[in-house]
Amino acid sequence: MMKTYLPPKFSVERDLERCIQCQVCVNQCSFDTHWYDAEDDEVRSHEENCVGCHRCVLFCPTHALNIRRTPLDYRENYNWRPEVIEDIIKQAETGGMLLTGMGSDKGHRIYWDHLVLNASQVTNPSIDPLREPMELITYLGRKPGKVEIDPNTSSSRTELAPQVKIELPVMFAAMSYGAVSINVHESLARAAAETGTLWNTGEGGLHPKLHKYGNNTIVQVASGRFGVHPEYLDAARVVEIKIGQGAKPGIGGHLPGEKVSAAVSMTRMIPQGTDALSPAPQHDIYSIEDLAQLIYALKEATNYAKPISVKIAAVHNSAAIASGMIRAGADIIVLDGLRGATGAAPKVIRDNVGIPIEMALASVDARLRQEGIRSQASIVVSGGIRNSGDVAKAIALGADAVYIGTAALVALGCTVCQQCHTGKCAWGISTTDPALTKRINPDIGARRLANLLRGWSLELKDILGGMGINALESLRGNRLHLRGVGLTDTELEILGVRMAGR
Amino acid sequence: MSEKVYVEKTNKMVKIDASGLPFRDLNARLREAVSSGTQRIELHNVYGQRYIGTNLNKPIEVEIFGVPGNDLGAFMDGPRIIVRGNAQDGCGNTMNSGEIIVHGRAGDITGLSARGGKIFVRDDVGYRAGIHMKEYGDKKPVLVIGGTAQDFFGEYMAGGIVILLGLNLKEGEHHKARFVGTGMHGGTIFVRGSVDNSQLGKEVGVAELDQEDQQVVQRFVGEFASHFGYDAAEILKHKYVKLFPLWLRPYGRLYAY
Repeated sequence: MMKTYLPPKFSVERDLERCIQCQVCVNQCSFDTHWYDAEDDEVRSHEENCVGCHRCVLFCPTHALNIRRTPLDYRENYNWRPEVIEDIIKQAETGGMLLTGMGSDKGHRIYWDHLVLNASQVTNPSIDPLREPMELITYLGRKPGKVEIDPNTSSSRTELAPQVKIELPVMFAAMSYGAVSINVHESLARAAAETGTLWNTGEGGLHPKLHKYGNNTIVQVASGRFGVHPEYLDAARVVEIKIGQGAKPGIGGHLPGEKVSAAVSMTRMIPQGTDALSPAPQHDIYSIEDLAQLIYALKEATNYAKPISVKIAAVHNSAAIASGMIRAGADIIVLDGLRGATGAAPKVIRDNVGIPIEMALASVDARLRQEGIRSQASIVVSGGIRNSGDVAKAIALGADAVYIGTAALVALGCTVCQQCHTGKCAWGISTTDPALTKRINPDIGARRLANLLRGWSLELKDILGGMGINALESLRGNRLHLRGVGLTDTELEILGVRMAGR
Repeated sequence: MSEKVYVEKTNKMVKIDASGLPFRDLNARLREAVSSGTQRIELHNVYGQRYIGTNLNKPIEVEIFGVPGNDLGAFMDGPRIIVRGNAQDGCGNTMNSGEIIVHGRAGDITGLSARGGKIFVRDDVGYRAGIHMKEYGDKKPVLVIGGTAQDFFGEYMAGGIVILLGLNLKEGEHHKARFVGTGMHGGTIFVRGSVDNSQLGKEVGVAELDQEDQQVVQRFVGEFASHFGYDAAEILKHKYVKLFPLWLRPYGRLYAY
């Protein structure tokens, strides 16, 4: 084995006065950073293994630990930054594609941070959400172009496509069983059920013990077709066809064999220890017409009782593609942006392919309005939604709802250390190792997630009240409630918002 | 247009004239018939209606006269479908259990991602047949093809059994499919006759049949022959080769962690 030229990324600071050699850090670290030297009765570190996930710091009973980035200074060079150099070293030592987890950590402009919301002052009153009802309820599904009312009975004659009611416009994004642990799935499912929203199985199938949360479950049909069978489709509230995801547009997925445990092997129906291969395309979808075929296959398989969602990564031609998706019969379209996260993706794809979700959303919404088909599908966006402010801005740009993935995992303990692809997650989230999996307790996990959504709901109501509106529907696609700061004319034009001050 | 859709209805057997019926209406009728206890359905004048057999989920028999459309038996769970004609693309797409017997040819991606059940095709199949079939425990899909197949046959296979017989190949003629078993990481392909190494994906190994393999081939060739009135012994006389995945993780070495 050749000597690695990679310097440690973090240093472990152990306060020897506080350390009681209890070895909690040794047991908590799944990356073998800490080890116990019995001879000297001292805990020591292999710092090169540290990923900076902070598990040890937070579990050290005497607060003896701190983790710091190791500032190994190369000669200053804007072009050849440490990350660039170290990526090359890693590839020179392995000959592989650089694999990573989570969403892009690069400095692509976050447009949410350049958009500001409006509020009522003098000319119209703001509303106090503590005293007046505020409506966050959202219905997902195809809406009719017009509603015909029978004058005799005053009821609707129009046949409605299936609609799904969610109590707030925030759902949990697709994260597959295998990429995340069963306890994460259970936490998401229970929090969704408790909060009145939806969670998404991702493409790894649904564990039988979670079928009871079906009413709050979106099941995915992706290129690997893992775990797709009539019971799975029956259990779901919504069926989602996954074409792509923001972290890796256009490429398939390989769930590494280390994560294909006996239970994952059962739900995915592949040999234990093999890589779960999701091909890049769905091999029955090579065109919009083929997409229509799968949409209607799923409508037939579910007796037209469930909305069919189609998820794509936000790419250059998203607006035209979205139009095709609606015409192909999609009831919900999901756009996942450049900053969308993943359990594993080649770094070069994650960081360089796709477009920011804000631009994709604005252009898709505008295009669908121009074509007069915006109401024929709900739009859900994802990829870097961090807080209720982002949610409100997304709704104002035209989204019906958002998906959160990383934010949900952070609620469960994730510190975004980007090691999901290793299967060693010390927080027990992106792993199928039975010992690590136990670190997420679904009772506590569901509570933390439900708390997060409760907090965001309260904030969204405050935002709406401040604008003087009492229903989310009044904010939806209402770009007059947005202004841009620090944006070029072209950016403003695509976003369809005015510069602050105008 | 047929003024009399139900041509005949006796003893849990229903005949349906499908001419002019859009797929949604046809499939709704099928579901209605099945829920009222029908065990056998004959479909006449089928002209390309899609998704026949989807969401019936009972071990009934459907006999199709004509040409069923794409995604025949997609997500199917239980029925036995007999096609007196050719099947199109996506026949048996992600099927879970049941049987499809095609007295003719089938199109591209026959048996895509099948999880169980059996598909017998008398003649040829199109591109990517048997792609990404899976298995777990005793759920093991089987695809038997009487004719030959096109490129990417058995691509990405993760389980199941595929048998390619080449009965319509002339003396000295070989299977022409290329990239056979590309990305294969589970399951088995049996080929009657031979395939050249240059036709195989990099992930595929070739072996002689052992005794257990021979029993598998005998069993399913026997079923195939009885469906189409062939002499099984005659078909079995020929030499077979077994194609199998060389590695559990064909793409395990692509990445730097």
